Amino acid sequence: MSTNAAGEARRPAGRVRLAAYAFAQLLLAVPVLLLFALWWVAGVLVVVWVGVPLVVGVGVALRAVATAHRRMAADTLGQPVQRPYRPLDGGLLARMQGVLGDPMTWRDLAWALAAVTVGFTLALLTTILLLGVVTTVLWWYAVRPLLQLRSRVDLFFLAYSRTERLEQRVQALTESRAELVDHSAAELRRLERDLHDGAQARLVALSMSLGRAEEAFDEDPEKARRLVGDARETTAAAIGDLRSVVRGIHPPVLADRGLGGAVEALALDMSLPGGPVEVETNLPGRPPAPVESAVYFGVAECLANVGKHAGASRAWVHLAHRDGILRAVVGDDGRGGASPEDGTGMLGVMRRLAAFDGTLSVSSPPGGPTLVTLEVPCDLSSPKTTRSSAPG
Amino acid sequence: MRLVLAEDHALLRAGLIELLADRGFTILHAVDNAPELHGALRDPEAEAAVLDVRLPPTQTDEGLRAAIAIREERPGFPVMVLSQYVERLYARELLASGAGAVGYLLKDRVSDVAEFVDGVRRVAAGGTVLDPEVVSAVLAAKREEPLDRLTPREREVLGLMAEGRSNAAIAQRLTVTEKAVQKHINSIFAKLDLPVGEDDHRRVRAVLAWLHL
Repeated sequence: MSTNAAGEARRPAGRVRLAAYAFAQLLLAVPVLLLFALWWVAGVLVVVWVGVPLVVGVGVALRAVATAHRRMAADTLGQPVQRPYRPLDGGLLARMQGVLGDPMTWRDLAWALAAVTVGFTLALLTTILLLGVVTTVLWWYAVRPLLQLRSRVDLFFLAYSRTERLEQRVQALTESRAELVDHSAAELRRLERDLHDGAQARLVALSMSLGRAEEAFDEDPEKARRLVGDARETTAAAIGDLRSVVRGIHPPVLADRGLGGAVEALALDMSLPGGPVEVETNLPGRPPAPVESAVYFGVAECLANVGKHAGASRAWVHLAHRDGILRAVVGDDGRGGASPEDGTGMLGVMRRLAAFDGTLSVSSPPGGPTLVTLEVPCDLSSPKTTRSSAPG
Repeated sequence: MRLVLAEDHALLRAGLIELLADRGFTILHAVDNAPELHGALRDPEAEAAVLDVRLPPTQTDEGLRAAIAIREERPGFPVMVLSQYVERLYARELLASGAGAVGYLLKDRVSDVAEFVDGVRRVAAGGTVLDPEVVSAVLAAKREEPLDRLTPREREVLGLMAEGRSNAAIAQRLTVTEKAVQKHINSIFAKLDLPVGEDDHRRVRAVLAWLHL
């Protein structure tokens, strides 16, 4: 939801840069004022449709100007500031709803008023002190407190406070937890059904066959022999059912070999016209078991989709862990045009990843190639030898 | 024949011991964990091994690793690996550990006692016995050179060879004569460019080519 705009905490900017900032802020006051006025014009024009693109345009421009001020404030105060906007995507109307629905838009507008009044005065004062020759000594001492004051005023509007951020986090966690609980409940229901209709039913049939065989042994040994034979076949089927249920819960190869080996095994079971699925693994250790499992099922879902819909001749899976993020990329050279909203499978994967603050993103221009990226922040456990290979 | 047996479930271990002893095998060592297995496999008296993939202490693929390790130490040592599930990846690794004398079966195949025992004998004699589930997975996926030169019937025959079946058994399964099976097999050998040599050896080579090793 938010990406880092100003990087890590660092040393505050020097006086020369502060002077430049003050000057820039003076100049930027003009577009800020213009955008503020345009916003309300656009708002009125929405009734005759031309306002829709205008609202989106002004909103995006205001975001850019505000973000420039965020950067300056972050640099002046020597502290990181997040870019707090929700992402905008979809059609024009969806974007307008995105702009209007984002609380930060309204804070940007409030900030615009402050920036062209209080903020402008502070920047002007700093600049006058510098240019006023005799007041340069005064400037030397005043520039930092003045611009720090301006930065705090800016950030009061432009950055969420700690409490607000925590509230948003709680909101996100509540949502992902509710989804996860739904997901687990659905999974349990599916398991119950699979066991009930599969292994359990077969075991009932098995005990019936054996019971009848027991009765038949004395009078009709041939019939008894046939019934025991049936019983053995039913047992084999029950074992097969149990095996597929177990695979659906936690594939044994995942427990044995970890993510890399299990994905390799997946790839081996799939063959495309252009050759086997290539797997490249660069994991110096093992992710936590639940993450491993979520990513494994995500990759499995992606590969299944490649097989079903993409019309691809080649596919590949890259697994890597860098900067504290486990990243799995599933690519294919199929027809593209895929969207994460296409199937319930992908939504299930997203929900499962969201429980670990993970994300799924799809890049699939018409004509391909399609790249599905699964990312989960996590640490790896005990470093082991890196396994890297492509199935032949 | 003297066997090493590794299986961690007491019930299954007892069952396997009884089943194999009934059919004339001598169980030299019956172990339930990987460290003991490593020792048992080094017994020079042992002629073959029947191993479970999943063993203590890690309960992952200890049995498979032990099988591959012993075949490095004692090339061509016959190993029959049993598992609750089969994985093509594991079949490939086992077969890569040296030509022939390997088997890889689902545990429940043991219920067909005659066929299981026959499989163990074939492995001990240097043959390759793969579970039908592995075979069908390979059959479903394989489309590459030089296997795409085979006719569908030849593929079928090759699949049954990979399961470790004799010509007679293949003939029976496909309801053709043994002569016809031999003709298919010769054609497979020719299409896969396998050099003339002992028939058993060529069978193993054909199966390896088929698994793309």
